[in-house]
Amino acid sequence: MSEPISALNGARAEGIAIIEELGLQGMITLRGDQGDKGLAKAATSATGQKMPGQRRANLADDSGLCWMSPDELLVLVPYAEVEAKLAEMVKALGPSHALAVNVSDARAVLRVSGDHAREVMAKLAPVDLSAEAFEPGDFRRTRLAQVAAAFWMEEDGSFRIICFRSVAEYVFNLLKIAAQPGSEVGAF
Amino acid sequence: MSNRLSKLGRLIDRTKQVTFSFNGTTMRGFAGDTLASALLANDQMMMGRSFKYHRPRGVVASGAEEPNALVGLGEGSTFEPNQRATTTELFDGLKAQSQNHWPNLDFDIGAVNTHLARFLPAGFYYKMFIHPQPFWKHVYEPFIRKSAGLGKAPETETRDADTYEHFYAFPDVLIIGGGVAGLQAAKAAALTGVKVLLVEQTGHWGGRAPVDGGTIDNGPVDKFVEQIVAELQAMENVAMRLRCMGAGIYDHGYALGYERLTDHAPHAAGPRHRLWRIRAKQIMTATGAIERPLSFAGNDVPGVMLASAMRDYVVNWGVTPGERVVVATNNDDAYRTAITLKNAGIDVLRILDARASGGGALADEARALGIRVDPGKAIAKVSGGKRVKKVSICNQEGIGGARDEVTCDAVAMSGGWSPVVHLWSHCGGKLIWDEAQAHFRPDPDRPPLGADGAGFVSAAGSANGALALGEVLSDANAVGLSAAKAAGGKAKRPKAPVGESTAETPMEPVWLMPANADTPLRMKSWLDFQNDVKVSDVQLAAREGYESVEHTKRYTTLGMATDQGKLSNINGLAILADSLNAEIPQVGTTTFRPPYTPISMGAIGGEARGEVFQPIRRTPMHDWHDRNGADWEPVGHWRRTYAYVRPGETVEAAVNREVKNTRENLGLLDASTLGKLIVKGPDAGRFLDMMYTNMMSTLKPGKCRYGLMCSENGFLIDDGVVARINEDTWLCHTTTGGAERIHGHMEEWLQTEWWDWKVYVANVTEQYAQVAVVGPNARKVLEKLGGMDVSKEALPFMEWRDGQIGGFDCRAYRISFSGELSYEIAIPASQGQAFWDALMEAGKEFGVMPYGTECLHILRAEKGFIMIGDETDGTVIPQDLGLHWALSKKKEDFLGKRAQQRSHMADPDRWKLVGLETVDGSVLPDGAYAVGEGTNANGQRNMIGRVTSTYYSANLGRGIAMGLVKHGPDRMGEVIEFPGTDGKSYKAKIVDPVFYDKDGEKQNV
Amino acid sequence: MLILHCPYCGVDAEETELHAGGEAHVKRFGPGSDDDQFHDYLFMRENPRGVHFERWQHANGCGKWFHAARCTATLEVFGTYPAQTTEPPQEICDAITAKRPGWTWREFS
Repeated sequence: MSEPISALNGARAEGIAIIEELGLQGMITLRGDQGDKGLAKAATSATGQKMPGQRRANLADDSGLCWMSPDELLVLVPYAEVEAKLAEMVKALGPSHALAVNVSDARAVLRVSGDHAREVMAKLAPVDLSAEAFEPGDFRRTRLAQVAAAFWMEEDGSFRIICFRSVAEYVFNLLKIAAQPGSEVGAF
Repeated sequence: MSNRLSKLGRLIDRTKQVTFSFNGTTMRGFAGDTLASALLANDQMMMGRSFKYHRPRGVVASGAEEPNALVGLGEGSTFEPNQRATTTELFDGLKAQSQNHWPNLDFDIGAVNTHLARFLPAGFYYKMFIHPQPFWKHVYEPFIRKSAGLGKAPETETRDADTYEHFYAFPDVLIIGGGVAGLQAAKAAALTGVKVLLVEQTGHWGGRAPVDGGTIDNGPVDKFVEQIVAELQAMENVAMRLRCMGAGIYDHGYALGYERLTDHAPHAAGPRHRLWRIRAKQIMTATGAIERPLSFAGNDVPGVMLASAMRDYVVNWGVTPGERVVVATNNDDAYRTAITLKNAGIDVLRILDARASGGGALADEARALGIRVDPGKAIAKVSGGKRVKKVSICNQEGIGGARDEVTCDAVAMSGGWSPVVHLWSHCGGKLIWDEAQAHFRPDPDRPPLGADGAGFVSAAGSANGALALGEVLSDANAVGLSAAKAAGGKAKRPKAPVGESTAETPMEPVWLMPANADTPLRMKSWLDFQNDVKVSDVQLAAREGYESVEHTKRYTTLGMATDQGKLSNINGLAILADSLNAEIPQVGTTTFRPPYTPISMGAIGGEARGEVFQPIRRTPMHDWHDRNGADWEPVGHWRRTYAYVRPGETVEAAVNREVKNTRENLGLLDASTLGKLIVKGPDAGRFLDMMYTNMMSTLKPGKCRYGLMCSENGFLIDDGVVARINEDTWLCHTTTGGAERIHGHMEEWLQTEWWDWKVYVANVTEQYAQVAVVGPNARKVLEKLGGMDVSKEALPFMEWRDGQIGGFDCRAYRISFSGELSYEIAIPASQGQAFWDALMEAGKEFGVMPYGTECLHILRAEKGFIMIGDETDGTVIPQDLGLHWALSKKKEDFLGKRAQQRSHMADPDRWKLVGLETVDGSVLPDGAYAVGEGTNANGQRNMIGRVTSTYYSANLGRGIAMGLVKHGPDRMGEVIEFPGTDGKSYKAKIVDPVFYDKDGEKQNV
Repeated sequence: MLILHCPYCGVDAEETELHAGGEAHVKRFGPGSDDDQFHDYLFMRENPRGVHFERWQHANGCGKWFHAARCTATLEVFGTYPAQTTEPPQEICDAITAKRPGWTWREFS
């Protein structure tokens, strides 16, 4: 195998916020009954994080669990460990009805940071991103302009965005335009 | 003449001079001017010509309701037509040009229309251009097109130089309008703790109350505005936006705000417009009221203006539209204009009050200033071409005889006030007729309804029919509070400020001046300035049977175009009601539709232009293709390489080269776009048996099967190779662009029909880069790279294996869409480019060339393989394509099975797939229809088939095609005829659709 | 532009996040059904002015299908509920009855 290449190879842009592509992140789609103890154990022991509540993300560094739907979690692990973690989870799940699959390469991860990060996001997503409505740890699946995306907020107020790899450039350009100099809204 | 006064002008900064140009002439104004006020200051009263008759027109209003003063702004890539001079803030370097004239504003050829007016009555176009029919296309259409269109479209080659954006906002309460009502409503709402968004379309707060005078809490209105704005700005739960117009109100609390960020400061960074996409729990419209013109002859001569507008120009911008002014009114408010003008040193010659009883306290004040007040009098006619010269005065009751004449240069008119009910009405709010004020106002009992079935819009202040300052403030305070409570605010009872203004005597409706004006006067009494609709036109429409106000609007064009009749609506329907002998509320209004005033296309599109006009999906090898001559083809949102064109090569030659090379040596195709869905669970086999027409549950792990998918209607929707991964897991390939659709299709059935089946689906399309390695040398190149055994024995046709090739972890499928020895290799997307590079390098000695989608199509057509979207069009079933072998007979049920048993589906007359070979070897036109004997009911030749795929095959050296033909498979060898759109007729023989390697020997080596 | 509450992820989603899926509670007829049954299943739909039951998918969101009961005349939404049911739940029917006494829709009332 050669050096894996992320969709945008670490592209970066700066305006009223900083837009960065973060490189490859280990990601496993885990579908199954979230109430099932075996599934919860497989997910939490792979990441060291608690099961997330509805529309929440529990994360530390490159590991964590994101609530995707009542029967789906997105499991984040370091990219280098994804195959090992996946094998571990599959083993832990045993014969129970669940699906765990590596989707690390199917996605791109971007970060929007800076004082106007909320505003940049609110130009593209039909979501209330005011401080009262969206807090660190909140996770939302929605659309950014014309494509599906998911994002959560970090403790420092920055956003992590996950989108499909094929539209990474589109999403990066969207964010870059939404962060163009002079476009501060002053709404938050 | 109009000119700048030495004093007054609360909105201008006389220390900051601004230079601009109008029709190429350099002029000067002040910071704070609008284009209209600056033009008036330069004695430019005439600002354009009218649309139909090209009559000289001046500014008539001072705000968004302006129908006449429309100009083209900017030039080249920033040019924009039909901008209102009254709402255009002046800036240094502004360039404006007037509209609807040739060769210039002063001398205009089209003005001849005004003399032809008697030949251009209402409905002229409908009457004139109906007969004879042969004239429609080449005589009438060019004429109509030439005279249609307001203003000038930007040059075709220019592209808008600006950027735009959207912004999603979620206030509890949205208040539209930043006059004293909006400000007080915002304060009342904000004190309850709810989140408030207050938007104002102009560049300043306070609306027109500071111009109209009166006091609030015993102080001047300006001071009140200053204080409340400061209070609101200090509140954390209040957001305030100037230059942001409430454009429309829609279902479930949705509203659009149109914010103009740099129109007044074109050199500022950032987007030009921002469209606020607002979702509010409650919306308040504090949109004020608009003064109505009076209908008298010559009411469109430049210099005739709304009384309130004239007052605005004097007080706000220190500009007077004339030096000798006549005022005509049916209410007390216009006296304020007379008093303001007089106090500013301007001669007010007469106040003509149509009411026999005259005015009240304001009239006394005017008289005390020495202004002559004539009760019961009216304007019979205003004379003047490009400028008011004199006014003929008559009695209001009568036909306009016994005239007295006054020489003057401006006329102020007031026909009463109409609340701005547009936004209230956008989403279904109903109106009631207020007899006393002679206007429609919002009916509080019939508001627009929200998701919970309760009203979500309320009107406040003069938008609610409360016209006096005191009422405006108390109404706004009460409405602001109740809306905030409805939005979840905690009840507080803020005290309403006390507004005091001079008491007014009742107005009297005047719809025509004089009341029984004779025909010549009515033919010069304009109702709709923008569309040149006169009193006589509406009366004619009524006589000709247009009783519905909506029909009259379309017939006469009353209330159409950019101003949508903000000034003309009520006057027009009053005339219509009178002509029909009906009451005004019975006639009703036309429908108010968003936007309130026109908004830019750029704002609607937002960021979606240029590189982000639409998402472009890129495979991991996209950049390599681009560097290597890719001629791109859009497939859904994906971009795929149509062919790799070498320097000096045509696209056609590139395709032929790729076709020959792939059959003879080695070709590589980027197949990453094919959909890949993982289907897993104890019921996955049973589920796939329902999804596919084939039996998938019996497929052995390690093996592949080509499958067809139909909708419940029986029609083909997708196809692809299914691989069984293990006991409870399958991987389903879909077409390019089919991944999301088929994933959704599977989820829909699982979630809504078979929710008790234990199956999970995941879309892993983009996890992999997939490369088709195709041609006689395919195995050689893989063996050279080394790794897993790809021999015929270890990896037979229609099987797959996991392993490594060239050090890359991969899954190799032995499948073929070309009829050649072929492998499809899936590697992680992050390794895709490296793997592609390795193949290109290793393949050099085997004659490797990348190939594109056109080559792919030709190779599959040579083999008679169908393509979803070519051979299928949503009405084709597998049986039409001779795919009976893929329809399981063992299964009781699959999606589409029952539908395929319907009588029409089993009709032997359905068109069936065949191959088509032109007699002369040429290429059949794509989509051409085959003609048979006889004609149909429309006299057209009967159709017996059509071409679905057609190509030049470099391998066979001739055109090949597939098509659907009636009784096709039974007519082998028959020659049928395809008329082309080029006038030629193509003859083709019906043949077997497999043109190349009929026994499939090449793929199975 | 409507807002519907997604009963799965709890979002009050605006219409641009949603995909409309036509009428709810349509019973599937497959092989073995007669022509009339199958025809009605494929093609016959209610078109009421008033109470209506629809399928919606939170497409740009959690991806789940749900049902909505709403009034086609006023766009009032009586409630949304998961799609894994063949009939509207009692609390939805009660909510409709409170606002539209005497309503009927197909075999439900």
